[in-house]
Amino acid sequence: MALYSDKVMDHFQHPRNVGKMEDADGIGEVGNAKCGDIMRMYIKVDHDTQTITDVKFNTFGCGSAIATSSMATEMIKGKPISEALKLSNKAVVEALDGLPTHKIHCSVLAEEAVKAAIKDYYDKNGIAYGDELAMDCEHCCACDSHETA
Amino acid sequence: MIYMDNAATTAVSKTALDAMLPCLTEDYGNPSSLYTLGQKAKERLEDARETFAKYLNAARPEEILFTSGGSEADNQAILSAAILGERKGKRHIVSTKFEHHAVLHTLKKLERQGYEVTLLDIPPDGVITAEQVREAIRPDTCLVTVMFANNEIGTIQPIPEIGKVCHEAGVLFHTDAVQAAGHLPIDVQAMDIDMLSLSAHKFHGPKGVGVLYAKRGIFLSNVIEGGAQERGKRGGTENVPGICGAAAAFREACEHMEANAEYLKPLRDQLITGLTKIPHSILNGDPVRRLPGNVNLCFEGIEGESLLLLLDGKGIAASSGSACTSGSLDPSHVLLALGRPHEVAHGSLRLTLSENNTQADVDYVLEVLPGIVSYLREMSPVWDELEHGQRRHLI
Repeated sequence: MALYSDKVMDHFQHPRNVGKMEDADGIGEVGNAKCGDIMRMYIKVDHDTQTITDVKFNTFGCGSAIATSSMATEMIKGKPISEALKLSNKAVVEALDGLPTHKIHCSVLAEEAVKAAIKDYYDKNGIAYGDELAMDCEHCCACDSHETA
Repeated sequence: MIYMDNAATTAVSKTALDAMLPCLTEDYGNPSSLYTLGQKAKERLEDARETFAKYLNAARPEEILFTSGGSEADNQAILSAAILGERKGKRHIVSTKFEHHAVLHTLKKLERQGYEVTLLDIPPDGVITAEQVREAIRPDTCLVTVMFANNEIGTIQPIPEIGKVCHEAGVLFHTDAVQAAGHLPIDVQAMDIDMLSLSAHKFHGPKGVGVLYAKRGIFLSNVIEGGAQERGKRGGTENVPGICGAAAAFREACEHMEANAEYLKPLRDQLITGLTKIPHSILNGDPVRRLPGNVNLCFEGIEGESLLLLLDGKGIAASSGSACTSGSLDPSHVLLALGRPHEVAHGSLRLTLSENNTQADVDYVLEVLPGIVSYLREMSPVWDELEHGQRRHLI
């Protein structure tokens, strides 16, 4: 059996929305190079409709880190922010036809990266938000130990 | 496919396979059985023992004990020395920070039982010194265990010098020679080696066969209890086909050792020269005092697993010491011991050649690898920060 599903390999080998966005409205970065993965997500927002019109990502990490980033960008592109905020790591894992247990942590990073980008957009535009974006958990290598899929 | 992971395992050679087959189909008897069929198997088993004794220059074939592999041999050597030490009230062991886990985890187990372990620091070139060993030995030291050559970075340790230091101090010396056996000359007598572990599948023998050499007079403790096989020191019916394959492979590897090294070194050096031209890459371990087929580098700004997956996509099988490939949260303990920062250690690549590799293989790797590194760097936020001065280059 292969390490990853065909879908993971497809998103790893042909990542969607990869690259830097120079005029992003929100940028979120999570992870730590020391731990071996960093995701940076850029979003472009239509201010009137509060819709994410474009998404890009840059990721340093393993195959599943790249694949989950790619999948997450596809899942939020063109969606209202309210909907993007509901993106769960579980939904990303399901969309990729599963991840090995020790890689679930990558999907959590993808969820966090989306939220971090939205939070950055809210901060820059003085939009108030609730506890769901209060990320007091500084992502660390130990995150694996307190994550559940 | 281009297979460049020969430190992980090797293809079984035709010589080894030819030696194994008759043990499976003709002389399949149990060496412990007294009838002719059993005794034929016994004869093959003892021939194999003599082969290992000969090429390791052991004084007697009885000093060769067959095990299930290098890990079991390491476990038995260390645990035996610990028990011998305890009888004399000596409960201190000297080793190094970059040993294989078969050694490190056995030492951890002993620590939990009250033994004290000193793990020597690794100098930047990946070669420890006999002086470090001398300084670490105490009156209560019962064992020094230092690997012959490192399994990740391939650096060769000064085994004869360490052996001399140990013998002058009256301390047992064990070496994990899993990566060295069949690739580097080994003479257990001249090198003052008391115990040595090796594994057949690292030199084109089959998996599941190891050897523990233990000098006569060293009382071994069993890891596996059972019948009277292996002079009662290792229970279980002997893996005769595997052992015969191992001996044939070892003979072949030793007979061709010099020629193989002559063939491999230029290929290795081409890879090192070519790949270190990639900006912000670095060779791990001494460029000269390393196994003839070992190349190990770090590339800044990328992560090893994605590198391996892309190489696999191009038909190249290699390995890495990144956390994601080690199955733990930390990157390779060897690279960390060598002083590589975590971020750099995550971007490591090990290519290990065998004589089955060709110049064309090397050319192909040199052709595709720089592009893969650039592609991953393009995608990497770490590389973006490095290039824009927001993060300091570490290599």
